[in-house]
Amino acid sequence: MNPSRRNFLKTGLITLAGLSVPLGALEFLTPKAAATTVKDSSLRWVFLVDATKCIGCGMCVKACLNENELPTSSHYSRTWVERYVVTQDGQMIVDSPMQARAGYIRNDPRGKEIPKENIAKGFFVPKLCNQCDLPVCVDVCPAGATYKTPDGVVHVDRKWCIGCAACISNCPYGARFFHPTLHVVEKCNFCYHRITKGLQTACVDSCAFGARKIGNIKDPNDPVTKTILTERVAVLKPEYGSKPQIFYLGLSQEVK
Amino acid sequence: MGIKTLFEKIDCLLRYPITFSRIVAAFVIVTILAVAGVVGARMILVPSFTAANDDYRYQWHRVANEEEWKTVAVKHQGNSYCKGCHADQHKNVAASAHAKVECENCHGPAFNHPDKPEKLVVDKSRELCLRCHASLPYRTPKYNEIPKGPMNLKMVDTEAHNTGMECVTCHDAHKASFK
Repeated sequence: MNPSRRNFLKTGLITLAGLSVPLGALEFLTPKAAATTVKDSSLRWVFLVDATKCIGCGMCVKACLNENELPTSSHYSRTWVERYVVTQDGQMIVDSPMQARAGYIRNDPRGKEIPKENIAKGFFVPKLCNQCDLPVCVDVCPAGATYKTPDGVVHVDRKWCIGCAACISNCPYGARFFHPTLHVVEKCNFCYHRITKGLQTACVDSCAFGARKIGNIKDPNDPVTKTILTERVAVLKPEYGSKPQIFYLGLSQEVK
Repeated sequence: MGIKTLFEKIDCLLRYPITFSRIVAAFVIVTILAVAGVVGARMILVPSFTAANDDYRYQWHRVANEEEWKTVAVKHQGNSYCKGCHADQHKNVAASAHAKVECENCHGPAFNHPDKPEKLVVDKSRELCLRCHASLPYRTPKYNEIPKGPMNLKMVDTEAHNTGMECVTCHDAHKASFK
């Protein structure tokens, strides 16, 4: 090769073209990353709550606190049970004392007894994180600390969470809170350590009334999927557009 | 020593004359090696942040954290675990109206029992039984989760029914009936 102007320009242009290839184009995809880009669509966890079966024993809350290592001093829980009482004069009283971890053993909504004949209707509603398909909390996280897995569960990365509480204030369901000792955001993750081992979540196992069920919406033979597809289910706060994935049977319009 | 003499000396060492095109070629090779080095280092040193879906809002996270969440210890082992040693009690409970009640609801999470803890502390308090059996006006009175078929949920008036006594004084939780 001669040190001529022609050769200099030629080699220079080739070098420039090589340099302009972005680094990302040269990156090799691991098989796992490649699989996630084509979307492994065989698994998507969903939850089915039959609100008509819940009697407010709060065993699910107790089991959840134990299973997920929350101290007894915690004033919040990953799951909770709400009590709705509507009186004859149209007044509605909602409460969930300490997330009903000790259950409801007295007729004392908000500390005041309501005579039986004054009650138009009353019921219990178990609640937990809705594991939304378009999670608002993930959208607002400035640290990339909360994310949705390909199987639909929303996690908090405890190492990356900076504790700014943006997700707590943006969750339409109030499902997030601060961990009392770790000082990072805590939330229900469908007992990920259990469901990935083929177990049920702690709350499903502890419910003697069959009010809680977990299933895979991508499996048409799953009993939970069958119920969701064939029966009258509803979700909470669909107006937020976050596509919640907790389906309720027997949901009343009072429940927000 | 002038730059020309230096070049001549290197020429002697390399046995090849340094020409302009060789310098360019060397530059190109070094550049390619540098890019390959950076890409390689990135793959080894930086954890992957996978695109789990097409939506830019939801894709960035530390993938290793998914595995971290899977490693949390299981505390509630379930009735089938208890059955391994306490087959007789399990049989009693399975035949009773408490068939669907987990052992660990009253006995507490098993963790790695019988190794650690060696003994589980059973909650025999009245409050525990009342969680299901206190009479509330809005408590669903029918119970149809057991194989025996639908039955009435036994509910007692907390204020009137043997106040101050533990339920287990007269009742056997494993049989869901009197002792």
